[in-house]
Amino acid sequence: MTALLAVEDLSLGFATEAGFASVLDRVSLSIERGQVLGLVGESGCGKTTLARAILGVLPRETARITGGRVLFRGTDLLTADPAVVNQTVRGRSITFVPQDPFTSFNPVFTVGEQIMEILKWKSPRAVAPTGRGWLPAVVSRYPSDRKRLDFDAVLELLDAVQLPRPDQMLRKYPHELSGGQRQRLMIAMALLPGPDLVIADEPTTALDVTIQAQILGLIRRLATERNVAVLLTTHDLGAAYEICDAVNVMYAGQDVESAPVERFFAAPAHPYTTKLLASLPRADGTASGIPGEVPGLITPPDGCRFHPRCERAAGPCRQARPPVDQLGAGHWVRCYHPHREAT
Amino acid sequence: MTQAILSLGDLQVHFAMRGPFNRRIGSIKAVDGVSFDLMPGEVFGLVGESGCGKSTLGKAIMGIHKPTAGEIWFEGQRIDRLAPAARRAVRRSLQYAYQDPGASLDPRWKIGSSLHEPLVIHTDLDAAARDARIRSILEAVGLPDTHLDLYPHEISGGQQRRVGLARILTLHPKVVILDEPTSGLDVSVQATVLSLFRGLRETFDLSYVLISHDLAVIRTMCSRVAVMYLGRIVESGPTDAIFDRPRHPYTRSLVAAIPKIGGVRVTRDFWLQGEPPDPSNLPSGCRFRTRCPKAADLCAREEPALGTRGQGSVACHFPD
Repeated sequence: MTALLAVEDLSLGFATEAGFASVLDRVSLSIERGQVLGLVGESGCGKTTLARAILGVLPRETARITGGRVLFRGTDLLTADPAVVNQTVRGRSITFVPQDPFTSFNPVFTVGEQIMEILKWKSPRAVAPTGRGWLPAVVSRYPSDRKRLDFDAVLELLDAVQLPRPDQMLRKYPHELSGGQRQRLMIAMALLPGPDLVIADEPTTALDVTIQAQILGLIRRLATERNVAVLLTTHDLGAAYEICDAVNVMYAGQDVESAPVERFFAAPAHPYTTKLLASLPRADGTASGIPGEVPGLITPPDGCRFHPRCERAAGPCRQARPPVDQLGAGHWVRCYHPHREAT
Repeated sequence: MTQAILSLGDLQVHFAMRGPFNRRIGSIKAVDGVSFDLMPGEVFGLVGESGCGKSTLGKAIMGIHKPTAGEIWFEGQRIDRLAPAARRAVRRSLQYAYQDPGASLDPRWKIGSSLHEPLVIHTDLDAAARDARIRSILEAVGLPDTHLDLYPHEISGGQQRRVGLARILTLHPKVVILDEPTSGLDVSVQATVLSLFRGLRETFDLSYVLISHDLAVIRTMCSRVAVMYLGRIVESGPTDAIFDRPRHPYTRSLVAAIPKIGGVRVTRDFWLQGEPPDPSNLPSGCRFRTRCPKAADLCAREEPALGTRGQGSVACHFPD
């Protein structure tokens, strides 16, 4: 079975004043249909950049892709015709839930206007591809029969994300809604075009714990019901444990480990993963932390980028990046000295 | 029994809402009748969701917000109605660590100048004595003294937090109010910052009021905890009692919402629905009743008072 999305050895970087920052270094991942994959890493490890690269929304002036492929249903999105990607993939088959629900709405339009604006262009009920024609976007027609069907679909989905009184909700402006309500609307907006893959970039970071538990439960339930794959980037290992089927860990632009969720938390193999799990606060107050700092990406360390902070590092770690070491079903690690189970 | 170093009695901070022509059209009760005692050497946790008034409470203790009613006592002296000059003297030993230290450091000042400033204001030490004090504090928070010549943007978030802490400690305070000290930090950095707090408390004989929405942090750091909901303390008591046997339905839902790695997944059957009501338009009676599964007629009529139960106290008509 081929994966829904496969990223293969993707390398990219940004041109900065100080030089070329290599933000992703040969990163690979794959998601099956209906799977929730957690992409875990600390701030600055490149997880948001990877999510943006998959969507194809990197800043055009500074970002440079230096290698690799992004295969979605077998097509390489990096080399495909941008107009086709724009009309059939981005915002349709692959949608996005942003981190901060407070800044992602336009404050001067009601949320209803903003939702219908998406469906005008990206509705799954549109027969012909609704790309930009010769008419300016504001005067392009929105067929009224399709509009009626789309509106019904919106109400139905707002009900599914547990927003009370959807028709009143649509007439409100973003500032009249709470953070949890806005994030529910964002999730609804991501699901309306009928996508195969939703990229959720830290969807619960800005929310309180009780709201976080509600939103995570919602994402999990909708993904299962609609058979939608979710790529959830997060720095919160607890959130990843809650709803993911599998977890990928990134460190300083490199992928270091990937495992099914139960195995990931029971038998982490990469030294970085084990240290990250040991950093979580515990009741007895023994969290350890990781000494040192994340390296700068303009002149990253050679080989495994974690070696300056790793106590297991030896000669080869400083020269070449470790190859993929298969440890079990779906569990691989890129390390010369992984923690192996006693069995 | 030792005397509390800081104690609040029925503190209220209300903000007026103004309509056209500056007419008063209501008030937001950000803090509404909060009392607690902080013992010397203790770490007292204040936990609650955003908008529950925990930061307002911290700022009211510092005198940044003027309390509407109630009393604040610090070392046996009532400080909420002091004259500005007397207040300044108190502020030396009562310090506030801001949520985002990067934003509270002047971007155009070197770290060294930022560290000198509190000593210039509050003490009459000469430059050499100030410099010696700064270097010793900087060592205590684990930064090399080469950092004195750097600008805030040149150091990382974790280091900025250390600088913010060093800046407070130069005055040798007795009580430090830590407002969300770990928000925005990665877990690996968070763990080292928390152990730094613990170490400094012992070295400098500090007491902390730790304000946080992160229950895991509260649990590892605090000896006693108060849970706030919409301006009121709904439950308080020893940390272990609160986390192992929460009695208020809100505390129960908060504790249940923390993801537990290796445990049961909370998202499967998380029962708390809805969001906190608008603080300018509070429900009658108990503030939690609109989301509470146990709510009855009594809850709508009468606001429950904080009553002793077990090792702690809880404000609920039907506690567990």
